[in-house]
Amino acid sequence: MTRRLAPVLLELLVPVAILVAFGLWSAQADSFYFPPLTEIAREFWNTWVFAGFRNDLLPSLGRLLAGYGASVVLGVLAGLVLGMVRIARTAAEPVIEFLRALPAPALIPFALLLFGTADSGKVFLIVLGTVWPILLNTIDGVRGVEQQQLDMAHSYRIPGYARLWRIVLPAAGPRIFAGMRTSLSIAIILMVVSEMVASRNGVGYFVLQSQRAFAIPEMWSGIVVLGVLGFTLNWLFLRFEDRFLFWHRGSKGLLSTDRR
Amino acid sequence: MSQALQHQTGDGVPAAPAPVAGRDRRGARWRGRVATWVVKLAGVLVTLSALELASRTGALPRQWFPPVTEMYAELAGLVVGLPLWVEVGRTLGGWAAGLLLATVLAVPAGMLLGASALAFRLVRVVIEFLRPVPSVALIPLAVLVLGTGLETKVFLVAFATFWPLLFQTIYGVQDVDPVATDTARSYGLGALARFGEVTLPSAAPYIATGLRIASAIALVLAVTAELVIGAPGLGQAIIVAQSGGAITLMYALIIATGLLGWALNAVFSAAERRLLHWHPAQRREAGL
Repeated sequence: MTRRLAPVLLELLVPVAILVAFGLWSAQADSFYFPPLTEIAREFWNTWVFAGFRNDLLPSLGRLLAGYGASVVLGVLAGLVLGMVRIARTAAEPVIEFLRALPAPALIPFALLLFGTADSGKVFLIVLGTVWPILLNTIDGVRGVEQQQLDMAHSYRIPGYARLWRIVLPAAGPRIFAGMRTSLSIAIILMVVSEMVASRNGVGYFVLQSQRAFAIPEMWSGIVVLGVLGFTLNWLFLRFEDRFLFWHRGSKGLLSTDRR
Repeated sequence: MSQALQHQTGDGVPAAPAPVAGRDRRGARWRGRVATWVVKLAGVLVTLSALELASRTGALPRQWFPPVTEMYAELAGLVVGLPLWVEVGRTLGGWAAGLLLATVLAVPAGMLLGASALAFRLVRVVIEFLRPVPSVALIPLAVLVLGTGLETKVFLVAFATFWPLLFQTIYGVQDVDPVATDTARSYGLGALARFGEVTLPSAAPYIATGLRIASAIALVLAVTAELVIGAPGLGQAIIVAQSGGAITLMYALIIATGLLGWALNAVFSAAERRLLHWHPAQRREAGL
């Protein structure tokens, strides 16, 4: 029992120490910017259970999932086409390189002009920012498919859609998921930023408004919500990835140390 | 992910030896390269013409999306003047300071965590929890504590770029070939020499990749800070142009920002290729 508990305790030692130290310090520091931990926890409970969840978190999540979902579909479809058609890939390269390098928040004013402060503008912005890693990784994954496998399938007269579904997509899967993971964190950032610049609700809006009103514990509770949101979505994504790529896990080697 | 488009251009790929009919092959390769450039140029021209047409015909509302020729004319006017470069300099200042701060903190920390399993396990939960926190969530806090100037921009850039640099360094150090380390040890190299001769060179490509990823993230965060809190720089100039109704100027500035990002990426990729050409092409990107 102790042998199994010891590693867990070891890993929890530092986080618990940090929390306790911050709690003790903030309780007696009387700092305006760093309210006591207990106050943040109370505010978290008051604000985010039910009311804040419905008014701010749900709209945020809706926009995030709509934009991210559209990006995955668009990026994978376009990536499959560009990965297989060489001339299209070459022709699209400079434009893709430019759009990928363009920092997505710089497009906020553009989205504002075209869509106003409506949800569609934020979804559009999330798509514009997150589609590139998925697209480029899909292209890479498709190009990495073994030619022998394709030739083999060809000579067995396996039809085109089955080749796509059973050979190309699984082979490109790990790269597609790598792109999707990068895009997920970009999507969260863009969700928050777009809500900070132009919105009537959402967690980003709530955090910035709280800061402007000097409602510091509320602001902290919103930051905690965003942190928990980022952590949870990332965790869910890794679960999801494990399910789809369970056959690929063995070849990940070292990378698996940080995913459980 | 940027490798996706790099290797199809054939850059950095050693030329295949062509003992027989060498001139013919070289000619064919040269023709192939020209054809590639023609196709690329055609892709750009088709895209720009489509946007131009969409605006001129009114498919995209013209007062919100002016023809691209006007945007580029505006940009050409900006490039010869000083104000654009002042804004570029302000954005790059925050970018560079934040990136430098993150590198100074993350690379030594990553070396330590990569080399010591105990240290890694002690802080694993903390970094696993902090890494997915969206850096922009800290904007309001940073504004309160650091104000709306350069300090906030640098802090946000440093916070966001710390994680990819840290993880790339950890992976790089963990991925050192144990045979190489053992060999160095059996030749009597001390811990310090082993670090300098074995660990550092084999972790270098990972750190370089981390820097390239971090440079892109740093630009995003610098522009975001300027957009949201109004720190001086390209992002603020974009917002000012938009709220002042100078739409063509706004698009010209957005294009300038994109070109800046593209140039930074090109510089980092080229530096990576040049400095690490000796390394086996295993510069894979560990999870971001």
